[in-house]
Order: sequence, then structure tokens, then C-alpha cells
Amino acid sequence: MNGLTFDIAHLLAGSLVLVSFMMLYQDRLFALINVFALHAVVLALSVAWQAYIQDAHHLYITAAIALVFKAIVIPVGLHRIIQRLGIHRDIETAVGIGPTMLAGIGLVTLSMVLMLRVTPEADPLAREDLAFALSIILLGLLVMVTRRNAVSQVVGFMSLENGLVLAATGAKGMPLVVEISVAFSILIAFIVIGVFLFRIRERFDSVDVGALDDYRGERQ
Amino acid sequence: MISTVALLLCGPAALLGTAVLAGAFSRRASATRLVYGAALAISAALLVIVADHLMGNPGEVSAVTLPLGLPWTGARFRLDGLSAFFLIVVNLGGAVTSLYGVGYGQHESAPHRVLPFYPAFLAGMNLVVLANDAFAFLLSWEFMSLASWALVMAHHRDEANRRAAYIYLVMASFGTLALLLAFGLLAGPAGTYAFDAMRTVQPGPLAAGAVLALMLLGAGSKAGLVPLHAWLPLAHPAAPSHVSALMSGIMTKVAIYGFVRVVFDLLGAPAWWSGVAVLLIGGVTAVLGILHALMEKDLKRLLAYSTIENIGVIFASLGLALAFKANAMPSAAALAFTAALFHVLNHSFFKSLLFFGAGAVLSATGERDMERLGGLIHRLPVTSFVFLVGCVSISALPPFNGFASEWLAFQAILQSPDLPQWGLKVIVPAVGGMLALAAALAAACFVKAFGITFLGRARSAVVEQAHEVDRFSLAAMAVLAVLCLLAGLLPGFVIDGLSTVTLPLIGDRMPVQTAQPWLSIVPIAESRSSYNGLLVFVFITISASLAAFFIHRFASHALRRGLAWGCGFDDAAPAAQYTAVSFAQPIRRVFGGFAFRARETVEMPAPGTLDPARIKVDIHDVAWETFYQPIAGAIDFATERLNYLQFLTIRRYLTLVFLYLVILLLVLALWP
Repeated sequence: MNGLTFDIAHLLAGSLVLVSFMMLYQDRLFALINVFALHAVVLALSVAWQAYIQDAHHLYITAAIALVFKAIVIPVGLHRIIQRLGIHRDIETAVGIGPTMLAGIGLVTLSMVLMLRVTPEADPLAREDLAFALSIILLGLLVMVTRRNAVSQVVGFMSLENGLVLAATGAKGMPLVVEISVAFSILIAFIVIGVFLFRIRERFDSVDVGALDDYRGERQ
Repeated sequence: MISTVALLLCGPAALLGTAVLAGAFSRRASATRLVYGAALAISAALLVIVADHLMGNPGEVSAVTLPLGLPWTGARFRLDGLSAFFLIVVNLGGAVTSLYGVGYGQHESAPHRVLPFYPAFLAGMNLVVLANDAFAFLLSWEFMSLASWALVMAHHRDEANRRAAYIYLVMASFGTLALLLAFGLLAGPAGTYAFDAMRTVQPGPLAAGAVLALMLLGAGSKAGLVPLHAWLPLAHPAAPSHVSALMSGIMTKVAIYGFVRVVFDLLGAPAWWSGVAVLLIGGVTAVLGILHALMEKDLKRLLAYSTIENIGVIFASLGLALAFKANAMPSAAALAFTAALFHVLNHSFFKSLLFFGAGAVLSATGERDMERLGGLIHRLPVTSFVFLVGCVSISALPPFNGFASEWLAFQAILQSPDLPQWGLKVIVPAVGGMLALAAALAAACFVKAFGITFLGRARSAVVEQAHEVDRFSLAAMAVLAVLCLLAGLLPGFVIDGLSTVTLPLIGDRMPVQTAQPWLSIVPIAESRSSYNGLLVFVFITISASLAAFFIHRFASHALRRGLAWGCGFDDAAPAAQYTAVSFAQPIRRVFGGFAFRARETVEMPAPGTLDPARIKVDIHDVAWETFYQPIAGAIDFATERLNYLQFLTIRRYLTLVFLYLVILLLVLALWP
């Protein structure tokens, strides 16, 4: 593999991690969703580049799915949900930005150390890709854990899934069927969660998941 | 030609079929006779097959792999000397118990709760003895436990039975867990669960020690070793009496089979200290078991505690065999091992007999409490005679079988000065002393059991209406009584038969006994010791007949009637007789302090009132309070704390999962 293709793939995957950090930093919902759209765009670029260098045409379809659904349909849908719910002014981090960023740095370090250690004989590009993908997954989980609002938990979940797609495209030979089914399951999860959000809202006047706990009839 | 073991496996299959049919038709009136009759026929058939195998070529090993159970492994079964011996114990007991059940089962109030599980229980025990890989063994073992648990639960409306069954279930799961870990250690990293593969591997000393400890926990909890015995006196009496006989007489022997199979067969060469552990536990179990039995006034619980004592005797002999085997003294090891197995056989005879007797008393009077019985010898003459035979046998009095096996055990203990380790030189005689104490206490215990139940005068009205039990029950008890006498008179045949077991496991056998003149047995050399049951029997018969003859012939025939001396009490009411508790009082005063933390308090009436003074005895089960209550308390405490996890918010749950993932990744990253 020549140096340039490797560097570009590295750059795109690295920027995906960077965008994940940007997501950690946002404390407004609109900004969070915009960054998520950027995340999806970078993912689409990265997947397309992988399709180009691996000469695997079906990966272009994966990139297109990422671009259409994750960068356009889902962010637009989430925007409308937020507007209809009227929660666009909420500040909703449960943990401060500073500690979250520090934890994120720790997670990235952990996944680098781990992945580079356990895959010494793999293809260098795949190694880097896997390490970045694990970082993105962990950062997505961190987003889910540190946010109080159900919408941003959905966003965290989607970015986690982006990490999975990155890992899958980095490793050669994943069939398209799997990617499509993953993409559709994410879409369905998005729809289901969206429906639930409105239901929760109707019932509790809030999408703060803490409100659910008050209504369980048990202690918090 | 179908192999012997495959033929034998038809037996459990037929029993399981009977169990299924019994489940379907158990409410029919004729079901009881049919099920027990079928179980009797199958057990007898199995007995004939094993006997045929032993007559023909006793050393032959027959194995089969069935395509059952886990894919790619199958279920292996095997018949060798050890399993043949235990098959005889299981099926002889099963056949006699089924015969007893034909009669006794008629009194059962809920036959549909007993009939389906009874053949299944028998099948489980047969399969455990035949299993030849860890998977088949554990599956059969658990099946046996669950079937017997269902039988303990047969009379589930009684709160005490439910508690007994619950404790039994917990202990049985614990025991199986220990066995599972033991087999895991034996299988090693290669994961070979076949016994044939385990036999070829010699585990390291640490692993061997762990396996021994786990077997003592796993098989010991089923057999009733102190302090794992707590469930046994609760669960054995809770089942219907013939099932109690099976559990106490036979299932504990299956547990001993498991212990012998692993420790003597699969574990390879033992270390000398392994013998010490088994010896000490055996000795303590024997003494504590019989002391508890002495304190009991419930006849079936007394018998269950006495089972614990006999298990202790057997384990002490096994520990002795381990110690001799480790020190390359094969003839002494063969002697101790033969003593253990002989006692296994004998205990299965007389404990079944005694439980049958207790069942007969229960069905005749509806009472298990000895304080409400008494004088039954007039009402149940045959039952009381065979019960007496059982009592004499279990008290190890010649010429019955209990004496023969315990005598062999003591002969083995007398070999201890030849042992090289000082630890063993000191401990073996000490354990011998404990066994002697246990034997003496056992005699006292069964004097009490027989005397309070059958002698004296009736303590309650139910005794007056008691009638002798049916002929099937009597026949079963008579068969066992005859077997007790035969095994006592002809121990040489049993000892020679056991050589097929000792030769492969110990590498030596006891000298041939049937060649001795006049049916004597000589365990080591004639100059050291010999015993002739027949001679003792003839002497006892002749001297007793002569004494009777002289008394009747030459004593005065003048008839005098007078009051019996009432120990200073003029009131000759039945309540003034010895009771079970008062009979045991001297022993309780000697041993009660440390064994039971017993305390006696006398409550005197206030001056001027006419109330009687009362004596109150508090007895504690020390094992229960020392081991079980703290563990139960710790589990309660932990679950109370963990209960908090039930009520977290969604985000906290996510955080927990996340943290757990990160910790796992960290472990992976930092692992050297």
C-alpha cells in the first residue's frame, strides 16, 4: 500500500474520532445534531475512500446509505422532533464538559493501547481502523452515559453505530447485506425511539429520562 | 452378543419407562402394586445380570458409549468390579424396598406423588454407578438428587417437610457444584471428561488436594459427613419410610461410590496426608452422628443420625486405606478398603431393615415419637423380632454382620504402628478410639431405640390398637434379617467377593478366606487375629438353649405374683417408665456440654403452689449454628445490598455496563 492512500484513510478515521470529541463538547441539542451530521459525512467519506482503495464497489452503497440516512434524514428528523418538543434551549449534560473530555482522552488511549497490542500481525490500515473504531464506540457510549436527555442518548447510540460501520469497512470482505441490515436496524431503532420520545413527552411533559424514574412507583 | 453393560442399561431404561407410566396411571387403585412389582422385577433382573457377570468373569471390564447427551461426546458407561459391587448394593436394596413398598405403599395417602419418582430414583442411582464420564455421572447424580427431592416433598403439606426439602435441595445443588469443580480439575486444561482419560493423568499435588477437598464436600454432603450432614436428619425421615430406607441405606452408598471412584480410581496415587483428612472427618462424623442419634426421640430421625455415624465409620476406613496405600502397604490398604466396602454392604442391609421397622411401627400406630410408643412387642411380635435383629447388627454384636465389618476396620487400625509418618501413628489410634466410642454409643442408642419403642408398657392409646403389618412388609424385613445373619456367619465369602474390587483399585487383596477351615476369617495371620462367626453363633445358641433348658427344668415352678419394684414410685403409670430422653440423660450430661451446648434448667414451682417442678433441656445443633447460620446470614446481607441495583435509573444502568466494559478492556490491556 502506498503512503498516500494510507495517510488519507488514517486522516479520515482520525477526523471521525475528532468529531466524536466535538460531540462530547456540545451542550446544546441543535449543535449536537449538527455535529452528528458532520460525523456521518466524515464516515461516508471514509467509507468511500475505503471503497476506492479496496476496489470494493458495494462499499460505495454503504457510504451512500451513511450520507443519506445518517447525515440528512436522521438529523433532519431529530431537528423536527426537538422543535416540536420545544426543548432546543435545554442544557443537558449530566457530567461537566471538562471531566467528560478527560474521560474521552482516557478511552481513546485505552483503545489504542489495547488494539495495537492485540493485533500485531494484522494489516496496518486495519489495525488503525480498528483502534479508531473502538475509540468511537467508547466515545459514543460515553455520550450516552453523560447525557440526561433521551434525544442526545439516541445521538450517542447512532455515533456508536458509526464506529461499528468504520470497523466493518476497515476489515476487508464484509458483505453488503450485513451493512444494509445494520443500517435498517438503526433506522428502525430511530423510528421506535422517536415514537417513544413523543409518548414519553405526552405522558411526562419532559424527555428527561430522570422523569421516568419518578413514575415507576419505586424509590429512585 | 450384547455386552453386559448394555444389558444392564436396559434396567434403568425400564425403570424410567415405569416412572413415565406411573406418572400417567398413578391414580389407579392397582398402580401401587404394579409399580412396586415392576421395580422389584427390574431390580431382581439387574441383580441376576450382575451376579452372572461376577460368577463368569469377575475381572472383566465392559464399556459402552451411547450417542446420548452432549453431541460429539456421547454418554459412556462401564461395568467394573467397583460398579458391580455397588450395583449389587443398589439393586439388592432396591428389590427388597420394592417388595416392602408393595405392602407399605397401600397406606400412602398421595400415591401419585410417590409412584412416578420411586422408579426414577432407582434408575438414577443405577446410572450413577454405571457412568463412565463426568457428564453422564453428574447428570445421573443430579437426576438421583432431584428424584429423591421430589420424594421428600411427597407430603408437602407439612411445613417441616417443605423446609427439609428446601434445605436438601440447597445442599444437593451445593454438592453437585463441588463435584462439577472436582471433575473440571480432573479434566484439566485439555477438557477430557471421560473417566478413562482422567485415569491416565496424574494431577499435581495442589490439584489432587483440591479434588479431594471438593469430593469431600460434594460426595460428603450427599453421604452426610459432619458438618455437611444438616439436611440428612431432616430429609431422610420426611420421605415415606421405604424411601427413607432407600435414601439412608442406598443413596448414601452411591455417594460413597462417587468418592471411591474419584479418590481411589481417577485421582492416581494418594498423598499420605489425604488419608489424615478423611480419617479425621470420618472419626468426628461417627462420634457426633451417634451422639445426635442418642438425643433423638423421633425413631426415624434417630435412624437418620445413626446413618451419619455409619458413614463416618466407612469414611474412616477409607481414610485408613488411603494412608496405607500412600505408604505402599497394599495388604493393609486392602484390609481397610475391604472393611469399608463390607460395612457399606452391611449398613445397606440393617439400615434398610430398621427403616422398614420404623415404617411398620408408623403404619401400625401412626407415631414416630418414641415417647408415645412402648410395649409394641406384644402387638407386633414379628416386626419387633426383625427390628431386634437390625438393632443387634447395627450395634456390631456377633454373630451378626455389623460386627464382622467393624472388626475388620479395627484390625486395619491395629496395623497403624507400621506406618512411617508420626502424624498417622498418632492420629490413627486416636480415630480408632473415636470409632470404639461411636460403636459403644451406637449400642446404647439402639438399646434405647428398641427398648423404648418395643419394650415396657404402652405410652399412648394408639399402641393398644396396633396390628401386625402386611405380609409383603414382613417378608422384606425377614429377607434383610436373614441377610444380616448370613453376612455375619459367612463373612469369608463376602471378603473374597470384594477382592475383585480391591485388586484393581489397591493393587492387592486380602488373603483368601473361604479356604480357611470352619469358615473362620483371618485378615492378616492366624497368630494375630481370627474370627469365626459360625462358632460364636453355635456357642450362643447352645449356651442359651442350655440355660433355658436348665431354668425351665430345674427352677421352681411355684408361681408368685407381686408388685414389681417401682424405683420408689408407688404410681406405676406408663409415664413412670424410662423415656427416650431420660435414658439418654447420662450420656447427654457427659458429652452434651461440648457436642450440643446442652443446658439443663430446673424450674421449681413457687413455694405454696401445687405446680410440678419441670426440667428443661436446651440442645443446640452446633454445626448448624457455626456453619449454616453465618453463611445464610451473609447471603441475606449480600442480597439485601445487591437489591439496591434493582432500582437504578436508566442512565446508571448504562453507566454500569459502560464501566464494566471499560474495566474488561483495561484488564485486557494491562494483562502481561
